[in-house]
Amino acid sequence: MQVLLPQTLDEACTMLAESQGRAVPIAGGTDLIVHWPCNIEAHQKAYLDISTLDELKFITLSGDSLIVGAMTTFWETITSKQVESEFPLLVQSAKEIGSVQIQTRGTWAGNIANASPAADGVLALMAYDASVTLISTHGTREIPLHEYFLDYKCSQRQPDELIHSFCIPRRSFTFDYFEKVGSRQAQTITKVGVAITNSSSGWRVVANSVAPMVRRCYQVEQLLEKKARIQQPDDLLAALDQDVSPIDDIRSTAAYRRCVLSRLIYYALREHCPWYS
Amino acid sequence: MLRVEARSKLTGREVFIDDLPAEDIWWAGTVRSSLPRGRIRDIHFGSGIDWSSLIVVDHRDIPGPNEVQMIERDMPVLAADVVRHVHEPIVLLAHPSRRIVRQAVQAISVTIDPDEPMLDFRHPPTPQQIQYGSDNVFKKLKIEKGTVDEALAAAPIVVEGEYETGAQEHVYIEPQGMQAQVENDVLVVKGSMQCPYYIQHALMHALNRNEKQVRVIQTATGGGFGGKEDYPSIIALHAALLAIKGNRPVRLIYDRQEDMAATTKRHPALIRHRTGVDHHGRLLVQDIDVLLDGGAYVTLSPVVLSRSIIHAAGPYHCENVRIQGRVVLTNSVPFGAFRGFGAPQSQFANERQIDRIAHELNIDPVQIRKINLIKDGQTTATNQVINDGADRIQVLDRAIDLAEYHDRKKAHEVFNVQHPTLRRGIGVASFFHGAGFTGSGEVQLASQIHIHGRPDGILEVRSSNVEMGQGALTVFTQIVAERMAYDQDYIVIVAADTSVVPNSGPTVASRTSMIVGKLLEQACDDLSRQLNGESNTDGTALKDAIIRWHHIRPDQELIGKAQYNMPPDIHWNDLTYEGDAYSAFAWSTHIAEVEIDLRTFVIRVINFTAVQEIGKVLNETLARGQIQGGITQAIGWALLEQCHWNNGSMQNNNLSDYVIPTCPDVPPIAVEFLESPTPHGAQGAKGIGELPMNGPAPAILNAIAQATGADPRSIPLTPEQLMETLLT
Ligand SMILES: Cc1cc2nc3c(=O)[nH]c(=O)nc-3n(C[C@H](O)[C@H](O)[C@H](O)COP(=O)(O)OP(=O)(O)OC[C@H]3O[C@@H](n4cnc5c(N)ncnc54)[C@H](O)[C@@H]3O)c2cc1C
Repeated sequence: MQVLLPQTLDEACTMLAESQGRAVPIAGGTDLIVHWPCNIEAHQKAYLDISTLDELKFITLSGDSLIVGAMTTFWETITSKQVESEFPLLVQSAKEIGSVQIQTRGTWAGNIANASPAADGVLALMAYDASVTLISTHGTREIPLHEYFLDYKCSQRQPDELIHSFCIPRRSFTFDYFEKVGSRQAQTITKVGVAITNSSSGWRVVANSVAPMVRRCYQVEQLLEKKARIQQPDDLLAALDQDVSPIDDIRSTAAYRRCVLSRLIYYALREHCPWYS
Repeated sequence: MLRVEARSKLTGREVFIDDLPAEDIWWAGTVRSSLPRGRIRDIHFGSGIDWSSLIVVDHRDIPGPNEVQMIERDMPVLAADVVRHVHEPIVLLAHPSRRIVRQAVQAISVTIDPDEPMLDFRHPPTPQQIQYGSDNVFKKLKIEKGTVDEALAAAPIVVEGEYETGAQEHVYIEPQGMQAQVENDVLVVKGSMQCPYYIQHALMHALNRNEKQVRVIQTATGGGFGGKEDYPSIIALHAALLAIKGNRPVRLIYDRQEDMAATTKRHPALIRHRTGVDHHGRLLVQDIDVLLDGGAYVTLSPVVLSRSIIHAAGPYHCENVRIQGRVVLTNSVPFGAFRGFGAPQSQFANERQIDRIAHELNIDPVQIRKINLIKDGQTTATNQVINDGADRIQVLDRAIDLAEYHDRKKAHEVFNVQHPTLRRGIGVASFFHGAGFTGSGEVQLASQIHIHGRPDGILEVRSSNVEMGQGALTVFTQIVAERMAYDQDYIVIVAADTSVVPNSGPTVASRTSMIVGKLLEQACDDLSRQLNGESNTDGTALKDAIIRWHHIRPDQELIGKAQYNMPPDIHWNDLTYEGDAYSAFAWSTHIAEVEIDLRTFVIRVINFTAVQEIGKVLNETLARGQIQGGITQAIGWALLEQCHWNNGSMQNNNLSDYVIPTCPDVPPIAVEFLESPTPHGAQGAKGIGELPMNGPAPAILNAIAQATGADPRSIPLTPEQLMETLLT
């Protein structure tokens, strides 16, 4: 095992480029280390430790957006008053990630880069129309989060790129909702989850653990834009079936995920969005 | 008193097996079967590994019979020709580098010609699937009382039910591990264990060694729950074979994945009930069939079955009872001991059945239990007359009061009408647990314990019962301190080392505090007697007396001894399964409150009450800990812990996918003890280690049934399963 210790972001990009993308960035390590003992191949790799790069640790609220640096941990957003008042779903989702130990080490960028279909942070970010800024020796580029993922654990990020930050446009929201269903009350991998927002830009409905990657539910969003009458959870199923493709696996069943997702959305509107008719 | 080993554990200074110095150590690894059943055709040692640098052991290296000595000798130490389950050990390797051992294990490929496996214990085997006797039945047992068929025919109401419980992984914090080395022809094996003498006997048998040539030492043990009762014999044998062949100290530590995949679990069960009752809910006849999945080898299954059927009819009086039990072979990783030992399975079924009868008759679940709970002078299913002065109805009543059962139930009814998506319910379970070995088991064990009065005035307890987190060191210290009126700072409990301690039996069956503790009291008395009446002096005077004794008799040992003898009033017939199954039962009622989210089918236990009559509370903190810990473990078994099987092997063998309760999953648990001392236990105490495992699952499912109107009959009851039940 080899560990690369860059002093600056520039140096980190150079090291990554020089390794021809073979070095693996490591931030909080909470994803990378989980299967360490049995994952023998992982022991042979080179790791680029970005955890000491202060350039990547910031939360900036500008006139029109919130910009969060890659090394920002969940805990740092949980304890940020600004984030809490304007983007409460970031705090809600962060609080439901793992446990305090994970929240104080795990980073938002790691959650994005890991590209898991069960990522809870990504769920909230996508409901806020976040975009990701990637950086490499070639410069930077920005990608909307809902276009960032390509498939299961696969994204547009090239091996020589680092996530630099993500950016959320400031809007006034008329509705926001987040709910995670896991197999227990804490320290649990999501079986089905949903984040919903409504703003001047319209509805966003995002679901996780129901497709190879975190999914925007465009058909459901359209139903809501049309103010379709939804009298029971089943009224959502036709749209949902176009948006998501849940499977049976070791954590849950396709039938459960589909049924519960429709119910989460239905009850979110019914119980928490009185103005939606 | 402060827990004896509290400081070393809290400060991280406790030395577990994998914390021992590791210079000169060779690390071991295990090559296992990938198929549930078949014949080994070829073992191929791949390229890229310098095989001469490793110690390699297979079945041909076993000096004695290739058998793991347990109840039977059907399990090989290493598979020779056939394999009977996935993960069955075939070849052992050791090397000074842990990494190289891992690579070497992966470089070996075993070719196995498959045979048809038996994978579902609920169905009878086809002729091709028979692998044990003529029918794959490891053990068959029967309890019969009264005239069951006649009573069933005559009963005005008969309720039937079929219940299922799943396997459960122990998840002790410290995975299994052993270290072996040969020192001057003595094989020394150290490790994490509950039963040092079981391991010694297994080593002597397969390695052809006598008692003096095998020394087993328990190191600090990070939890057991039964998982370190039978399996450590296998790991000890493996480490020993490598150490003997290589003449090197060898350490064999399972990581979490290997431990979860390859070691034993709780026996899955399928239980059928036919119960005849009158219109008031009085039990007229109970006809019960218990079927357990034994897995590929016998292990401890016959005694698990025994305890399961003895508890299957619950703490109720009924004139006509028939309980038939079978434990059968499947080609699964063998099932073994787990807290409760079959009793949680059978009492889950019984307590759901009792609630379903109440529902059918439209009487209160509390009332039906009150009518039927054993009163002094009445009998259990084995015709054991209960006359222990304990009041089982009082236990129930106290639980009802403490939980404010009736008020809560009404409040939940109102809540359920008003709330759009949440439903609450409250459920009861009454149950019992016999402590110590069943029937004549304790007589066969003939446990011995010693207490040495040392020349320095220290009292030194020598027993083979181990501390594994439950508090044995503390309770033993306390028993001696109180019996001898001795300062606890002058009492030590030595490590369980077979070259030092007598065999006081295994640390299992809720027997340590009660049975061994009682022996310890007798050993204390024996020591006092030898001090010639100076025993009635207390504290420092006694300590001085011990020092004086040695002064007068240099080079002599002052040892108080005791050996178990069957109390004269206990009678058990092992052939008819009749009589006093246990010298004492602890009695308990649990009350669970649940909240179900109808949107997500998520079930939360929101409140829990546990009242138990346990003879005498020896140490309030530890006793509470046992009850609350057991309830937590049982909540996991009831709602969360699902083993996903493929070819008889667990697929979710990691702690991300095998879900145990976290703190937020555990409700407030009110614990209260009633005391009605038994003459058979230390200070009147009865065993409690396993008791709390029996009640939560049925209490919780009874509460769910009440809250939702569903009729769930199998556990774990996951949200996915509850959805199926409610939506179909
Ligand atoms: C016990 C436990 C519980 C957990 N619970 C949850 C949960 O409830 N919900 C949830 O969503 N997740 C959970 N996780 C997963 C994990 O904590 C999160 O995904 C976290 O956000 C990962 O961040 P990290 O900084 O630790 O990433 P790391 O492990 O350091 O990295 C993760 C991946 O991202 C890459 N990476 C990290 N930073 C960058 C960067 N700046 N640029 C490019 N690539 C990068 C790494 O190379 C790696 O592939 C849990 C993990 C554990 C161990």
